[in-house]
This record gives sequence, structure tokens and C-alpha cells, in this order.
Amino acid sequence: MANDTQVIKDPQDAGVSHSDTMVINIGPQHPATHGVLRVRLQLDGERVVQAEPVIGYLHTGFEKSAETMTYQQCNTLTDRMDYLAPMTNNLAYVLAVEKLMGLEVPKRAQYIRVMFSELTRIASHLVWLATHLMDLGAMSPFFYMFREREVILDLIEDASGVRMNPSYFRVGGIAYDLPDGFMDKLRDFLKDFPRWMKMYRNLFEDNPLIAERLKGVNVLTQEACLAHSVTGPMLRASGLALDLRQAEPYSSYEDFEFDVPTRDAGDSFARLWVRVDEIYQSAKILEQCLDMITPQGVYMTRDRKVALPPRDQIYGDMEALIHQFKLVTEGFPVPAGEVYQGVEGPRGEMGFYLVADGGPRPYRWRARTPSFYNLQTLPAMCADGLVADVIVAIGSIDIVLGDVDK
Amino acid sequence: MSHDPKGVIERLEAKFVGLTERTPSQDQPTFYVPRQDALVVLEYLKNDEGFSLLLDVAGVDYFPAHPRFEVVYHLFHPLAVIRLRVKVRVGEGEAVPSVVGLWPGANWPEREAYDLLGIVFDGHPQLTRIYLPDDWEGHPLRKDYPTTGRRSD
Repeated sequence: MANDTQVIKDPQDAGVSHSDTMVINIGPQHPATHGVLRVRLQLDGERVVQAEPVIGYLHTGFEKSAETMTYQQCNTLTDRMDYLAPMTNNLAYVLAVEKLMGLEVPKRAQYIRVMFSELTRIASHLVWLATHLMDLGAMSPFFYMFREREVILDLIEDASGVRMNPSYFRVGGIAYDLPDGFMDKLRDFLKDFPRWMKMYRNLFEDNPLIAERLKGVNVLTQEACLAHSVTGPMLRASGLALDLRQAEPYSSYEDFEFDVPTRDAGDSFARLWVRVDEIYQSAKILEQCLDMITPQGVYMTRDRKVALPPRDQIYGDMEALIHQFKLVTEGFPVPAGEVYQGVEGPRGEMGFYLVADGGPRPYRWRARTPSFYNLQTLPAMCADGLVADVIVAIGSIDIVLGDVDK
Repeated sequence: MSHDPKGVIERLEAKFVGLTERTPSQDQPTFYVPRQDALVVLEYLKNDEGFSLLLDVAGVDYFPAHPRFEVVYHLFHPLAVIRLRVKVRVGEGEAVPSVVGLWPGANWPEREAYDLLGIVFDGHPQLTRIYLPDDWEGHPLRKDYPTTGRRSD
């Protein structure tokens, strides 16, 4: 049954006797598990009787750590959960805090957040595509796609100072203004982009091996997706056009025009094409950013109870010095209450549920990470399949173990 | 469904008179439900109101309050795009009914709440620790669990 996640305790249930099945482990150290995932496989020859993911090898206790940190400091934890899509994690978190505080963010900062979210989405999907194709045996796309991903990471480094884990978004806006010439570099990137995509597609588009390997494999129906709390490209590959960027726009996504790609088959092949199409839509949003974002301008709220004062004011202005001191040593208080904010990350709905007690540190900091929920479908996807399809399934879920284990 | 999904709050309050307790919230409608009736209310929301997507199950420790914990369900109506938050209060040593039968996706988050907070879910098919080793002592997300220090054996 497609949506049955029950552990098959007795192999007799699956129509095989004890002596016929064998239990083997894939992982936690295995290149195809994209990190430290362990899958306990019960096999009847080549056939999978049961595939049970065992997680926790990368558990870091972010939710506990966050309770000891100020609201602005917690931002750095969000990067490290889904390290392939740090910007969308940042965004979900800062939006949640801003919602609790009722804080207005300048329009330009909102657009810059959109721009970096989409850059991060392209980078994340490129890594996914590269590793997924490598799992299937195609080595060369990996090198090309990582080369092009590096261009995006260079853009992120230009703006934030670091390639990965940038913590570029802050409560109230973004950390620094865009550097000189950033928009020109983005324009260059977008000019080269169609050529790259064409080259990538040449590598896998009409490849009969890829199609045969993915079509009809690891099917998840829409009902099964919803029952298993699956969101993002996996849900859209089963025919439901649910994208939070359009369903409940945040950070001014309503000002941008883009489509939500869907497929109906719900198999690994559909998931591949939903993600490839999403890369094009992200590029379309970035094109619009070129016209909508001025190279220099406001990037942070002017509320001095939240945002650090400009550096040059600190040395001449008593009030600015006090604000700087208070914000750095204590952080800012957030009014008591609770809030949930979800955003559309590359893997699905990335959400934060925050409980505030009025102090400068969160009382409860709950991260709803998409990979954690999406990975639960692995037993349903692999049941009665072949061992080789388990690798395809792990790849097509697009997990990041930091996101699963948090 | 023929009726307007937006009227869910009124229908919920009319159907479960005295059971649901609305609390003020700044982002989405929020209800408290007694833990004995949680399953009935959630089943109604899923099957009759179309909240087919369970986004999250989270435990919160309000130590030293009584009852100590809250289990927070975030529900989502994927067609009408409505969110709903249902909260269940539960004390230490008490159990919340598991919703894995309604949403198989609740399996792991319930195990997570059990692992990190020690909340017991009644009827869960495999309520074991999910992140920490099976022989771990204590539940780290509890407020009385220290963040630093060394165990003295």
C-alpha cells in the first residue's frame, strides 16, 4: 500500500519467510546517502521488503541551543540546518520574528531577500541535479553544475562575505548593502544562464537511460504526499500546484511574475522536471530583480531598537553608542506571543514556530524542516521496489541531513 | 466540499460546544482542545473540513506550569490555503492520542517530541527515540535539562 509506513515486523506479512530475507544497512557512511543517513533494508533477493531510514547521526540540538541565544544570534543556526539553502532558512526565521514584533521591512530589503532566495534556490537545485544524476551513474554533469554553482556562491560571497552559511538576512532587513557592481555581476550571470541550462539539458534531456531509470519509479500519489506531510517539489510533482510564494506571498513575492511548475505522474522523473523547471522560474524572478532593485539604497529598518546604528555615528552620538551597546550585549526584547511562519524553500515548506516570553531570547524555537517530513516517505516509495531504486528514491527526495537531523 | 472553508472556526465551535477554547493569536486561529477529545476534533478537521496537510507537531515545555507541556499541531488546508493551530495541554506522565492513524506524516515529529521532551503519544506504532541513542537519559529540550555541565556518575 502506497501510504503505509508501518514497520513490517514479521516478514511473513510480506509473503516471504524469514530465511528468504536479508537485512543490510546502507550508510551512515555511503556516498549515495547525501550525508549521514542510514537505511535499514530488508531484502528478498533484489526486492525491497522494507526500507527504514534511521536518522540522528547529525543531530545538533539547534532547538535547544537557540533558547540560550538572542533573536539575532539564532539566525546563524538556521544557515546550518539546510546548508544548501541558507537564505530561505534565514528568510523563514527573520519573517517569523518580524511578524512577532510587527516590524516593517523596507521594500528594497524585501526585494533583495527575494533575489537571494532565488539565487539560493538555483544553487540548491543545481547541487541536487548534479548529485542525483551522479547517483544514476552520470558523472560529468556533476563537474559542470558544481562549476556553475560556484558562480552563484561567488555572488553570495560578494554580498555577505562568505560562500556558505552567510546569515545575510537580519531581523529588520539585511546585514549589509549590496557591494558595488553587484547588479552587473548578476546581469552577467543571467546572460550566461540560458546557455548553461541548454548544455545541462543536452546531458540528460533525451537520454533514454535517465528516462528509463526514473519513469514510473518511486511513485507517490497526491494523497500519499499530503498524508505524509510532504511539501515542495515532491508535492508539485504529484499534481498539486501549492507554492507558498504564490499561495500566501511573503517578502513582496506578489510583485513578481512567475509560474508554478507541476507534473502529474508523481514519479522520480516528474520530480526531476519540476525542479528543472523551477530553476527557469527562479531565473525569471531574478531578471525582474534587475529592474526592481536599485544598486544602493535603504536595506535595513530605521528602528534603532532593532537595527545597529551606522558605524560612523557610534563615535559621535551618545544615543547611537547606547543602542549599539544594548543591542550587542543584550539583544532586543520580543513581545510575548507565538507565531508560525512558513516559506517555500527549495525542498518544501520551511517553517518556524516561535514562542516568545517577552525577553531577548526565544522561549521555544521550533524549526519545521522540509527534509525531515519528506524523508518519511522513503518506506512507501521503496516498498516492493528494487535495491537500485532505493538510491534513486533517496536522491529524488532531495534531502539535506542537516535539515533532517537539525 | 460544498461549504465555504473559511467558516471552519464557526462550525468547529458549533460542533464541539464547550470543547474548543479559542485563544488570541497574532497569525492564525488557535484552539485549545482537551487531550481526551483531541483525536475527534483533529479527525473532524481532516476528514470534514479538508485540512489534509499536517504541517507540524511540536512540543513545548512550560515548566513549572501545570499541566507542563503543550503539543501544538499546525494544520493546513492546501486548496483554500488556510492555517489552523490546535493545541493540547498535557502533564508529565500523561499521554496524548497519536494522530499517526490520521496523518502518517505525524510519525517522526511525534517520536521527536517523545525523544526530546518525553511526551508520550498513545497508539503510536513505534514510539522510540529518533535522534538520540536509545540508552540516553533525560529529554534535552525540557527546561530543567541543563545546556552545559558534566554528568557525575
